[in-house]
Amino acid sequence: MERVTETGAQTMPERHERSQWIAFAVMVAALLAAPFFVYPLFVMQALCFALFALAFNLLIGYVGLLSFGHALYFGWASYLSAYSAKAWGFTPELAILTGTLTAAICGLVAGSLAIRRQGIYFAMITLALAQMMFFVALQAKFTGGEDGIQAVPRGYLFGVIDLRNDMAMYAVVLVVFLFGFLFIHRIIHSPFGEVLKAIRENEPRAISLGYKTDRYKLIAFVLSATLAGLAGSTKAIVLQIASLTDVNWPMSGEVVLMSLVGGLGTIFGPIVGAIVILTMQYKLAPVGEWVLVIQGVIFVACVLLFRRGIVGEIAHKLKIRL
Amino acid sequence: MKRRTTLAALAVVLACGTASAQQVSVKIGVLSDMSSLYADIGGPGSTAAAKIAIADFQKANPNVKVELVSGDHQNKPDIGTNIANQWFDVDKVDMIIDVPNSGVALAVSQVAANKNKLFIVSGAASSDLTGAKCNANTVHWTYDTWMLANGTGKAMVKTGGDTWFFLTADYAFGHALERDTMAVVEKNGGKVLGKVRHPLNTNDFSSFLLQAQSSKAKVLGLANAGGDTINSIKAASEFGIVKGGQSLAGLLVFTSDVNALGLATAQGLALTETFYWDANDTNRAWTKRWHSEGGAANGKFPTMIHAGVYAGILHYLKAAVALNGNVSDGKVVVAKMKEIPTDDPLFGKGTIRADGRKVHPAYLFEVKKPEESKYPGDFYKLRATIPADEAFRPLKEGGCPLVSG
Amino acid sequence: MFELCLPAILGGKCIPSAALFGQLLIGLINGSFYALLSLGLAVIFGMLNIINFTHGAQYMLGAFTAYIILQKTGLGYWPALIIAPLIVGVLGIIIERTMLQWLYKLDHLYGLLLTFGVALIIEGIVRNEYGSAGLPYTLPDSLRGGQNLGFMFLPNYRAWVVGASLVVCFGTWFVIERTRLGAYLRAATENPTLVRAFGINVPRMITLTYGFGVALAAFAGVMAAPIYNVSPQMGAELIIVVFAVVVIGGMGSILGAILTGFGLGVIEGLTKVFFPEASNTVIFVIMAIVLLVRPAGLFGRRA
Repeated sequence: MERVTETGAQTMPERHERSQWIAFAVMVAALLAAPFFVYPLFVMQALCFALFALAFNLLIGYVGLLSFGHALYFGWASYLSAYSAKAWGFTPELAILTGTLTAAICGLVAGSLAIRRQGIYFAMITLALAQMMFFVALQAKFTGGEDGIQAVPRGYLFGVIDLRNDMAMYAVVLVVFLFGFLFIHRIIHSPFGEVLKAIRENEPRAISLGYKTDRYKLIAFVLSATLAGLAGSTKAIVLQIASLTDVNWPMSGEVVLMSLVGGLGTIFGPIVGAIVILTMQYKLAPVGEWVLVIQGVIFVACVLLFRRGIVGEIAHKLKIRL
Repeated sequence: MKRRTTLAALAVVLACGTASAQQVSVKIGVLSDMSSLYADIGGPGSTAAAKIAIADFQKANPNVKVELVSGDHQNKPDIGTNIANQWFDVDKVDMIIDVPNSGVALAVSQVAANKNKLFIVSGAASSDLTGAKCNANTVHWTYDTWMLANGTGKAMVKTGGDTWFFLTADYAFGHALERDTMAVVEKNGGKVLGKVRHPLNTNDFSSFLLQAQSSKAKVLGLANAGGDTINSIKAASEFGIVKGGQSLAGLLVFTSDVNALGLATAQGLALTETFYWDANDTNRAWTKRWHSEGGAANGKFPTMIHAGVYAGILHYLKAAVALNGNVSDGKVVVAKMKEIPTDDPLFGKGTIRADGRKVHPAYLFEVKKPEESKYPGDFYKLRATIPADEAFRPLKEGGCPLVSG
Repeated sequence: MFELCLPAILGGKCIPSAALFGQLLIGLINGSFYALLSLGLAVIFGMLNIINFTHGAQYMLGAFTAYIILQKTGLGYWPALIIAPLIVGVLGIIIERTMLQWLYKLDHLYGLLLTFGVALIIEGIVRNEYGSAGLPYTLPDSLRGGQNLGFMFLPNYRAWVVGASLVVCFGTWFVIERTRLGAYLRAATENPTLVRAFGINVPRMITLTYGFGVALAAFAGVMAAPIYNVSPQMGAELIIVVFAVVVIGGMGSILGAILTGFGLGVIEGLTKVFFPEASNTVIFVIMAIVLLVRPAGLFGRRA
C-alpha cells in the first residue's frame, strides 16, 4: 500500500501525539452533543459502522491485508446477538458479547485459511469465504431467511437500565465505540502493532528477524474480526434487526469504501468515511437509482485521485498524523 | 426512456375559495426498491401510480391536499426501518405504501405499529403480514403467498394437473410457497411426486430439470422468484419440458418477468395475478396514463403491485376525508378503511378484513404463444377467475391475533 | 443399467448410471462458463498483475450488448457473438488506458478496488437504463431442438456451448504457450524492461491483453444470453464463484485455469444431484480444503 501518513514520523512524535489528542477531544465533544442535534438513531448507526470500518482498517491500514469479506464477521455477530437477545432472552450486554465471540471464532477459522495466501489472493479468499457463509445464513432456520431476525428487544442493560430510551441506548453505543477506538489505538501503538507495521512494510525482512509473521497476521485478523463483530452485535441491538444485508457481499464492499474515503491507515479516517457514506445513503434515498453509480464513482475517484482519503489529505496538508 | 423519481415532493394545493369545506391535508410516502432487484415490479412505477391516484382523487375532492414523498429502501431492512422512522418522526408522513421485499415490509409494519401510523403493503408477498405478524396499523393490498399458491395450485389440479414436482428456492420464502401450494394440491386430490431445493441465485437449472423430467409429474411448480424463476423457465424451454407434455406453474411471476422471458420461452406458463394491464378498457386507459407519468423504462408494463399502490392510496384518501382529515391516529384510520367498502377502477368492489387483508378476485392466466400475441404487452389469456371469497386465506386460518376466536 | 449410490453415511441417495452421465455432461456445460471467465482473469492477471473485479460486469455487458445489437440493428446471435466481445473489449481498453495504467506502480490492491468501483458503475448504469427484471433473448433458430442421446436429451445449444468454449479456451492456451506472440507475452510478464529493450511495445501489449481478457468475458456473456436471465446482476455473484475457482486453480497457469473451471463445473453439477442444498457452497468448501492441503492452488507456483 502507499504509505500516506509516515512523513516525518520519527521527527515529531510529540506533535503527532498532541494533534491526535486534540482530534480525539473534538470527536468526543461532537459525539456527546450529536444526539441533541441529529436524529439519534442515525448517529448510533453511524457509530456502529464507524467501529466496523475501524476494525477493517486495522487490517488493511496496519498489516496491509485487504479483507473483502468483513461482512461475515459483522453479519454473523449481528445474527447471534439478535438471536440470543430474542430467543434466549439474554440481556443486551450478554447478547453483544455472544455476537462478538461468534465473530472471533469465525475470524479464527477464516483467518487461518486466508493467511495461507498473500495479496490479492487473500482478498479473493476472504470474499469467497464470506459468500459461503452468506449462503449458510440464507438457508439456516434461525436467521429467518430474507425476513431476518426482527423486533429484537433492546432489553435492560445489566437487567436494570431500560434501553428502549434512545438516550440510554446512545450512551451504551458511545461507550462501546470509544472502547473499540481506544483499544485499536492501543494495539497500533503497542510493540505488537510495531511488528504488524513491519510485516506490512516488508514481510520477508520481518521473517528473517525471527518473527512468526503468520501468527501475527492471524492475531491481527482475529482482532479485526472480533471488533467488526462488536460493531455488528451492537447494531443489531440498536436497530433491533439482523438481516441478510449485514452478511452479504455489498456490505463488505461498503466497509472498504468507508475506509478508503476516510483514509486507509489513518486512525480517524474510517470514522469520517463511515459518516460520509451513511449520510450519502440517506441523502440519496430519494434518488435511489443512482446510489450504485455514485458509490462506484467515489471508489474510482478515491483510487485514482485521493488515495490518502479525506483525513489522510487533511493530515498531509497540516503535516500531522491523524 | 428516462425514469424519473419525484425528487422532492409533489405538493398540489388547490385552495378553492369554499371556506366551508373542511381542509384535509395528508402526507404519503412511497417506500420502494428504486435501485435494486425489485425496482421493476415496484420502484419508480409505484411512484407514478401514486401520482395518478392523487390526481384522480383531487379531481373529485379539490379541497384535499396531498403531499407525496418517495424513498429507496435498497432492499435493506435496516434502511427501510430508518426511513420509516424518520418519515414518521421528523417528516410527519401519515402513511407509507408499497415496500416490496417481505423482510423490509415486516420491519416497516412494526415501525408503523410502534408509532401508531399507517402502512399499506402492496409490494411484499408474505402472508404473515396478515397472519401471525399482523397488526392494527397495517393493510395488505395486492396479493400474498397464500393467494398465489391457492390460485395456481387449485386451478391447475382442477384442470387435470394432478401430479406435481416442486422446484423450490431453498430459503424461507420458497419453503413457505412450496408448503402452501402442496397443501392446496393435496387438498384438491392431487399428488406431489417429489421436490428439489435449489440455492438462491442459481444460474444453471438444467440439472434440477432433468430430475423433474424423470419424475413424470404433470406439473412442475416453480416455488421461486425473480431471476431464479426466469432461469428455470429458460432452461425448461430449452430442455423441451413443456413440449414433452409437462406444464409449468409459476408461483410468483410478474408481468415484468414474462417480459424478460419473451413469449417464445414463456408460452404455456400458468400464473396468478390480481391485475393485468390488458384485461379491460379501464386497465388499458390506466396503463396509458401510467406510461405518460414515466412509470417504466423501455415500454414495460405495470404490475399488479403498481395497481395496488394506486388503489390503496385512493381508499386511504377516502377514509381520510371520512375522518375530516384527522389522520394522526393510525389505528383509527385503518378501522375506517376496514369499515368503508372498497371500490376502485382497477380491483373493483371489495373489503378489508379484520386482519388487514384486502380481498378481491384473483385471475389465473396462461402466457400466450408468440403467434397469439398481437401487440407488445399482449401476454396473457385468462384461464379462470377466482372469486374474492375464495382467493385469499380464510380469516380464521391465519392466526392473526386481531381476529378473535 | 445399474445404479450409483452414495454411501449411507452421505445420505445413500441413488441415481441410475444413465442419469449420472447426463448430469456429468451438464456439469461440463456449467464448467464452460467458469473456464472462460477464469481464463480471462488468469490472462489479465498474468500480464497486468491485477485482479479484474469488473470481469462479472463485463460478462453482463456482453449479454446486454447482444440484446442491444438485436434491438438496434436486427443482427442476431451469430454476428453478436463476434461484435459484442469486440465492443466490450474496446470499452475495456478505454478503461485500461484511462484508469488502470496509472496503478501499475502501486500496490495491486488498488487495481482490485478500482475495478470493483468500475463494476458498480457499469451495473448501476445498466440497471437505470434497462431495469432490473431482465431482458428477453432467445435461442438462435439454428440451434433449437436437441439430440436424444439415449441417456439424456441434449439441447443443441448446450452442445455448442461446450464445443465453442473448449475451442476458445484451448486456442488461447495454444497462442500463449506455443506461439511467438505468446512467448513475448510471457517474457514481458517476467521482465518487462528487458522485453522493451528488444524493441517491443510492452504498454501496448498490456493494453491489448486486457482488451482480450475482457472480450473473453463478453464472449461468455453472449453465450449465456439465450439460456440465463439477461439482467444487470447476472455477473455480480458469478464473479465471486469464479474468484474461488481461480484460487483453487492458481493463476500461474493458463491450462490450470481451464481445467479447474471445467472440473469444478462437473463437481458442482454432481452436487446438484446428491446435495442440491449445498450446490452453491461446494466450490467454496473445495477452496478451503485446497488451501489447507496445497496453499498455492492445484496448478499454482508458490510465490
